[in-house]
Amino acid sequence: MKGNVQIRSQNVNLYYGPAKVLKDITFDIFDHTVTALIGPSGCGKSSWLRCLNRMNDYIAGARVEGEILIDEHDIYARDTDVIALRRNVGMVFQKPNPFPMSIYDNVAYGPRLHGVRSREQLDGIVERSLRGAALWTEVKDKLTSSGIGLSGGQQQRLCIARAIATEPKILLMDEPTSALDPMATARIEELVRDLKKNFTVVIVTHNMQQAARVSDFTAFFLLGELVEYEVTTKIFTAPDDKRTEDYITGRFG
Amino acid sequence: MKNEGLPSILVAAVSSLGIFIMLFILYFLVTEGIPVLREASLQKILLEKAWYPTETPPALGMSALIVGSFSVTLLSSLLAIPLSLLVAIFISDVAPSFLRDILKPVLELLSFLPSIVLGFLGMVVLAPWLQERFELLSGLNLLNASILLGIMSVPIIASLAEEALSSVPGELRDASYALGATRWETIRRVVIPWARPGILSACLLGVMRSLGETMVVLMAAGGAAIIPESVFDPVRPLTSTIAAEMGETPVGSTHYHALFFAGLILFFMTLAINMLSAWIESKGSVIRS
Repeated sequence: MKGNVQIRSQNVNLYYGPAKVLKDITFDIFDHTVTALIGPSGCGKSSWLRCLNRMNDYIAGARVEGEILIDEHDIYARDTDVIALRRNVGMVFQKPNPFPMSIYDNVAYGPRLHGVRSREQLDGIVERSLRGAALWTEVKDKLTSSGIGLSGGQQQRLCIARAIATEPKILLMDEPTSALDPMATARIEELVRDLKKNFTVVIVTHNMQQAARVSDFTAFFLLGELVEYEVTTKIFTAPDDKRTEDYITGRFG
Repeated sequence: MKNEGLPSILVAAVSSLGIFIMLFILYFLVTEGIPVLREASLQKILLEKAWYPTETPPALGMSALIVGSFSVTLLSSLLAIPLSLLVAIFISDVAPSFLRDILKPVLELLSFLPSIVLGFLGMVVLAPWLQERFELLSGLNLLNASILLGIMSVPIIASLAEEALSSVPGELRDASYALGATRWETIRRVVIPWARPGILSACLLGVMRSLGETMVVLMAAGGAAIIPESVFDPVRPLTSTIAAEMGETPVGSTHYHALFFAGLILFFMTLAINMLSAWIESKGSVIRS
């Protein structure tokens, strides 16, 4: 089951101003797996996720201690190219957030930023990405219409297509189904299981059934600490920690 | 439910009163302005340059006044709009939050500056400087008035454009950054396109303000009814003509009607700009909805 380590988090502490949001987070994520981050609101799971593509850089007063290694490179090292990092680490957000432009331009946004100009090449990337996000058949005849006109579930799949268009190795998903109805959620979950063939997926979720359905590994966060990180089936059947058991059986959270 | 009738009638009455008053103003302009056409043809008024309304027979050519209004509006917009947009982008997307908290109120405060204060500055500060620097006969000219109008509209345009820019949802910025865009790429490709209608109406408001402004041009534009050949020529826009001459003219005279006609021309210029912007906006909003 375990492959190569792709993301290595070593003694990561995150501060927002004086507040310590993450305490000593240490664990490894393996390539071509789906890892779910679970825990109650404010436990730090999204904050840790946002460390992986340095989105916390934009929060005033945010400070990271410790090391996060992606493919053995410390992404907080001085020589890190944040642009290249983000091309390599895609992100899908909680609320579908397509740009107010055509479906085609949404998907082509990333590749264009990184210098792809040829129409032919872009056409190929757009089709491949939309297929990868299981959206191609629904939108192939209206690529020039606005991405805003799609349904919520389609918008989220468009955002997934946009994120994978830069051919990242890692895909971060921050509660990608929390704004969607059950049908759309089911489609995204199916897609997530499919995506791990090509990507390493890290997904934050509030929904424990979802974590159980889609992930290979589960990390349980509580009050900024990593309580337990295990193979998903183990976490949901025989967790080592009492707090994990209490959380997954619904005693709190 | 049962009381819905009365409030909606009230709302309809109040709002139609507003429309009625606007229509009445237009009616007043038309009835006071149109009689001038008995003295001079529309063609003469719009195309001839000579504006000597008090001579006998009066020369009522307004083309120099129209070009005066147009040139001062155009030049001031060319000066003000790029600067305003840079200020707006700086405040919304570049400045750290403490600076934003200072700059935004300062900008709003500046937009309250009375135009007569600016006109005064134009006369006693800018005009002598221009006169000396460029060795002119007078520093009261097209450039002087345009600079002042520009200064006057920067706070308005910048503050409204800034609001349009900061109303762009944070999620869109995040999405762009997460795809590896720099701050500037995000501003150019996501933020500005999203805010374009708001930016456009901000610019439009500034343009209208320049077109309708009276005091500054009266004090600083020089007031000669000629077609300017350089930015150092004096101009006499429609607004300052009306303001300067209305008090001197007998009610009901040809001159009196001509000044109302000048007001009517201003009205149509404003209307044209409005329609142009509505057209641009309708073209731009296709992708958003």
